[in-house]
Amino acid sequence: MKAFLIALVALVAITIGTNQILVHSGFSAEATTASAGNVRLGD
Amino acid sequence: MLRLFAVLALILASLTPALAQEAVGNPRAETGGAQTLDDILRRQSEQKVDDTFRRSATGDPEAAAPITAPLGTLGGQSDPELWRGIRYDSADMSTQSRGPAATTLIQSGGMWWLKFREGPLLTYGAGLLGGTLLLLALFYLIRGRIRIEGEKTGRTITRFNGMERFGHWLLASSFLILGVTGLISLFGRKVLIPAFGHEAFSTVAIGTKWIHNNISWAFIVALVIIFIFWVIHNLPDRTDLTWLAKGGGIIGSGHPPAKKFNAGQKMIFWSVILLGGSIAASGISLLFPFEFNMFGGTFAMLNDWGVPGWFGLDPLAYPLSPQEEMQYAQLWHAIVSLVLTAIIFAHIYIGSVGMEGAFDAMGTGEVEEQWAREHHSLWVEEVQEAEMKHGKEA
Repeated sequence: MKAFLIALVALVAITIGTNQILVHSGFSAEATTASAGNVRLGD
Repeated sequence: MLRLFAVLALILASLTPALAQEAVGNPRAETGGAQTLDDILRRQSEQKVDDTFRRSATGDPEAAAPITAPLGTLGGQSDPELWRGIRYDSADMSTQSRGPAATTLIQSGGMWWLKFREGPLLTYGAGLLGGTLLLLALFYLIRGRIRIEGEKTGRTITRFNGMERFGHWLLASSFLILGVTGLISLFGRKVLIPAFGHEAFSTVAIGTKWIHNNISWAFIVALVIIFIFWVIHNLPDRTDLTWLAKGGGIIGSGHPPAKKFNAGQKMIFWSVILLGGSIAASGISLLFPFEFNMFGGTFAMLNDWGVPGWFGLDPLAYPLSPQEEMQYAQLWHAIVSLVLTAIIFAHIYIGSVGMEGAFDAMGTGEVEEQWAREHHSLWVEEVQEAEMKHGKEA
């Protein structure tokens, strides 16, 4: 069952790792779509 | 004076047919331009309704009374007119959001999605998973556990090495967690909120959504690992036909010959790769809303090929609004996931309680030689030939 346990560790590592990468990559919907001021739709 | 009344009466009488004709020509004349009973009935029976009379009824800000006039501050648009402007995308709006979906504030077309997601998707989804479990339980009661028929040798053969088992368990554990958290999202509003309340579900939903979104990458990594390791063993060949013709040996007695993977296992493999790949693609589309739109382009391509016409259908909707793209992605993601979950139920059954000796393949990687001879006879020959060759070379 060593492979199973290693897979669980990898599962946690990949889950937290990718989350941290995405959080710090500035690719969130808020970061990419929000602007500081009101804008006209279609501008 | 009497003569004047007579003339007035004559003029009115002559106008009546003209007014009646106008009412016939414009059915909304009787409702003052608003929707009619016919419009409501057509909408309720999900027929097309001509909504041009509403689209244009959005008021006129320029016609507002000056602020100095009585009631002048009310402006030239009523609330219904303003909402119509928002619904039909003609209102002059400003927002801080720059996302693609910001241009669609009211999406009337999304109601069919909401109805389908709250109704048939849950009903048929629960029926599919519940029905599969029931069938497996029935099969177990009728057929029982498939035992190793011959005498056990006490010798074992390595069936899967550590890396193969690692890939399998990474895929299995991520899929199970994705399945449970996905079902919580899908059935939360209809089942869990009525049972546990909004506040308790909110905490669960926030946690499971985080897990579902982030664990998905482990599933994708594992999908790539098992594809690389096992694709060569899962290409269809002639032995699969024999195996299928004999029902895989599950029904009745006797074991049809099979290589490392039999036809049933190959079907599981390709289901996991194709359906899992499709789930991953639609999941990425949902993870990054409006960035990877999959459906509008697909629908346009299918329309170009005339595919809807083959089934007597109208061309598929195109172009799609950003919200529609996400709605189709959500439905596809959920439906394909439910189908794959039902298939995996069968896989888990046969790999555990359904067959003696099967779990060892993924547990320790070592299988009883007799089990291997009964279920994968051609593979055993290949392994032993390779060992003999290797022994001679050594």
